[in-house]
Amino acid sequence: MAFPGIFGMKKSVGPTETKYFTFAEAQGFELESGRGLGPITLAYETYGQLNSEKTNAVLVMHAFSGSAHVAGPVTADQDPAWWDFMVGPGKALDTEKYFAICINVIGGCKGSTGPSSVNPKTGKPYGLDFPLVTIGDMVRAQKALIDHLGIKKLHGVIGGSMGGMLALQWIASYPGTVECVIPIAATLKHSPQQIAFNEVGRQAIMADPAWNNGDYYGGTPPEKGLAVARMVGHITYMSNDSMEQKFSRRLKDDNTGFKFSADFEVEGYLQHRGQSFVKRFDANSYLYITKAMDYFDLSDAKWIPPEGLPGTRFLVIAFKSDWLYPSAQSQDMVRQLQMKQIDATYCEIDAAYGHDSFLIESEAAKQSHLIKHFLAKRK
Amino acid sequence: MEKQKITPAVKRLDHQAICGIVETGSKVLDLGCGNGDLLALLVERKGVKGQGVELNNDAIHACVEKGLSVFHSDIDSGLPYYPDQSFDYVILNQSLQEAKRVEGVISEALRVGKKVIIGFPNFAYLEARILMFFGGRAPIVSSLPYEWYSTPNLRFLSIKDFKSFCAAKGYKILAAHYLDAQGRVRVLPNLFAQNAVFVITK
Repeated sequence: MAFPGIFGMKKSVGPTETKYFTFAEAQGFELESGRGLGPITLAYETYGQLNSEKTNAVLVMHAFSGSAHVAGPVTADQDPAWWDFMVGPGKALDTEKYFAICINVIGGCKGSTGPSSVNPKTGKPYGLDFPLVTIGDMVRAQKALIDHLGIKKLHGVIGGSMGGMLALQWIASYPGTVECVIPIAATLKHSPQQIAFNEVGRQAIMADPAWNNGDYYGGTPPEKGLAVARMVGHITYMSNDSMEQKFSRRLKDDNTGFKFSADFEVEGYLQHRGQSFVKRFDANSYLYITKAMDYFDLSDAKWIPPEGLPGTRFLVIAFKSDWLYPSAQSQDMVRQLQMKQIDATYCEIDAAYGHDSFLIESEAAKQSHLIKHFLAKRK
Repeated sequence: MEKQKITPAVKRLDHQAICGIVETGSKVLDLGCGNGDLLALLVERKGVKGQGVELNNDAIHACVEKGLSVFHSDIDSGLPYYPDQSFDYVILNQSLQEAKRVEGVISEALRVGKKVIIGFPNFAYLEARILMFFGGRAPIVSSLPYEWYSTPNLRFLSIKDFKSFCAAKGYKILAAHYLDAQGRVRVLPNLFAQNAVFVITK
């Protein structure tokens, strides 16, 4: 759909093929848990051209349910692009200047190795035999691909929500390798409230008899459980105001049915979101990735080296209406940076849509503006 | 042939004065940095390592456009996480009069900064006095351009007031620059200066 938005009509990046990189075939890849995993395949996409000095790469990190397909039309079995308004020629992440890379996380189900991948030892999908992975493991796997591409220093790492956590983890794991770090609507650690919502999602999946201890591949997947998990998640991504605006108490038909069918528009919407999600997401990946997010914790500031992070600057963005990743969490992040005298910019954007504001073009014009200018080289 | 580097004149006299105060390569925190004009000037002319604090969203965007680092906060609560004496200068230019907790802001500024530069409009400026005395109305002059009902200023102080404040708190005044619309004011600043820029330390 052509949506002019605030930036006017901008060119699309055009069709982009999903590529695959496989490593750790022989040795395996040691995870934070101590368990090994291998071989590992990463699904990734790139946009724009890597310059000859290999200094213009920007790693774009997807959120919880995202894929490597950031921008451009859908070809083959790609998901719809999740940040098309941000990435492309002349856009905030200008592919005429930068070489954008997005890699699907391990543990996911969008082409990278995850619980639905085939376990080479058994010839069957891993299911719960897949080891628990952490945000740190996801980033270490990404580093293997960045090394493979011959990139020694990234111009930027950027992402929203879990993507922001991945961006923070990247600089924590590899200080000195990134100039611009841009965590959006993110946190240094999940609060008990965030863990609680994730746990409700996991319990909904595991309570579905079709889940069968994670062993459902080739049979019926736990669609009911996964749909409920997504419904809960989706509520947390919106704001009360945006729901009021979108649905209010409007009824689907003109009268209440006096039965437990979806009377209200909001009910129908959530059911629709839940049902469309099960077609494109694996229930076990839901369990693994939410757990990885819950384990993530950089709040003790030990990740910042004693000498600080010279040559690295941060742009931290929060949204006023985001109650799932409230701006206080972004402020905590910036305070850590202030205490260590690290170059940081922080902005709380007055967007109404809640946590998902970073994904919505009409809400994120200010975000695009900040990112465009922040990424520009400084004198 | 080498191109002649043309440096445009600095329009605002208070910016000019502050630019003259700050040494090259200093670390500077600008509290209430607005659209970043002063900080950008200091980066360009004095090669400072600058950080701004600003509450207004549009102003933050203007700062980022200029390549400045800025923290979204009001100046009353934006400081507690900076280490002691981590800046050479903390600047409060035309922002102190909008602070809710003036004493707290200045003492915090003196904690994180070795020196503090404070610029404010002089309420005892002659034209303001005349408007007050003969007009019987709250003065509206170029340095105090607002109606009483829409002014962002919470504080109305004179140069004398500020000096006696520093004396009471034991702050040392290292330098004072008094300005009217044309330039420096050398005689009777509390009467003739529209704006004052002080450099203070503990």
